[in-house]
Amino acid sequence: MSEDWPLFEVFIRARSGLEHKHVGSLHAADARMAIEHARDVYTRRQEGVSLWVVRSSDIVASDPEEAEALFEPARDKVYRHPTFYAIPDEVKNL
Amino acid sequence: MYTQALDSPVPEDGRASPAGQAALERRFDERIERDEKIEPKDWMPEAYRQTLIRQISQHAHSEIVGMLPEGNWITRAPSLRRKAVLIAKVQDEGGHGMYLYSAAETLGVARAELIEQLLDGRAKYSSIFNYPTLTWADVGAIGWLVDGAAIMNQIPICRCSYGPYARAMVRICKEESFHQRQGFEIMLTLARGTAAQRAMAQDALDRWWWPSVMMFGPSDAASTHTAQSMRWRIKRFTNDELRQKFIDVTVPQAEFLGLRIPDPDLRWDEATQHYLTGPIDWSEFKAVLKGDGPCNQERLQARRAAHEAGSWVREAAAAYAAKHGGRGPRARSAASFASREEAP
Repeated sequence: MSEDWPLFEVFIRARSGLEHKHVGSLHAADARMAIEHARDVYTRRQEGVSLWVVRSSDIVASDPEEAEALFEPARDKVYRHPTFYAIPDEVKNL
Repeated sequence: MYTQALDSPVPEDGRASPAGQAALERRFDERIERDEKIEPKDWMPEAYRQTLIRQISQHAHSEIVGMLPEGNWITRAPSLRRKAVLIAKVQDEGGHGMYLYSAAETLGVARAELIEQLLDGRAKYSSIFNYPTLTWADVGAIGWLVDGAAIMNQIPICRCSYGPYARAMVRICKEESFHQRQGFEIMLTLARGTAAQRAMAQDALDRWWWPSVMMFGPSDAASTHTAQSMRWRIKRFTNDELRQKFIDVTVPQAEFLGLRIPDPDLRWDEATQHYLTGPIDWSEFKAVLKGDGPCNQERLQARRAAHEAGSWVREAAAAYAAKHGGRGPRARSAASFASREEAP
């Protein structure tokens, strides 16, 4: 079996003013080729104005098993949202 | 389409104690029940993983082999417009294969392994692509019927429980609609053309109808995977349900074209509000799937030849990348842009 080229994750900026967003992955021999392949695979219909590629092995991700420990603490802090506070209707611009 | 190459591998089945295993499975079933998406690093039963690898890779192979019957007509398309459209469509099919291989890889299988399974004949792909494209009308019939059936099949997969597969399918479905419409337009042009052109369109429908109807796979009674796939919400409808939907929408389109569906038993059933068809010849489906279709050998030979002919390019690119440190010429780092633009 032949070896796969390294895997890259592809991010596209849909238009200027927006952030780059993950769209998928592909294999390429190097970063330059990854950009060229990303252009062919992910932007055949003007999906973007800018591409990022990053080696998948360089991405560090949180562990789903730790999701609770990481994200639960925010759950009971509803006071971080504006709707938590009761303000009389007659008060304007608040 | 997140990747399996992220830092921590998904825990293997059997790592947990039997009690722990049962708890993991219960939690997984509950997530499916709540219609939550399963993502690559989440725990999943090994059978779920294997089912997805099989289905997604077969789907990817079908896209790749599917380029061949239509690619056959690129050089002979009847006008520059038709040629440009056909090139774009075939390129889309290649892209769809790439999205799907990426999705399959998130389950922990290497792409090279999947390609090898295709090339050495172990993997299956849609039996429809083992039929020849004899005339230009076949290109129209494929877009109209084969892509039409594919869309019918793929739209429910946009809601599949496995996130990367569902996302790939959303992208594919968006692009597929043009494929079907361009095919119907070809059929319409021929149907409104000369007597010879109408005959050509009818001949294409005669040859592609039954294979298209069979694309949905064996009937529910004979389908080995349907029940489990429905429980896992990989599938949302049975093969027969999807087939019926396809027939119901396609028959009126054939009528609009003034073409005859090659099924003497076909009739509208007032009671069920569906079209009823004659019996399907499943022996043909099985033979083609087994490798005895008109073009099975030819298709695989074409893929093998392409793979072998491209090997020097892959080797040269790898050698070049090794020499230049994997970055390639003129590839600029985005890190500096990122920090400049998006740091708080």
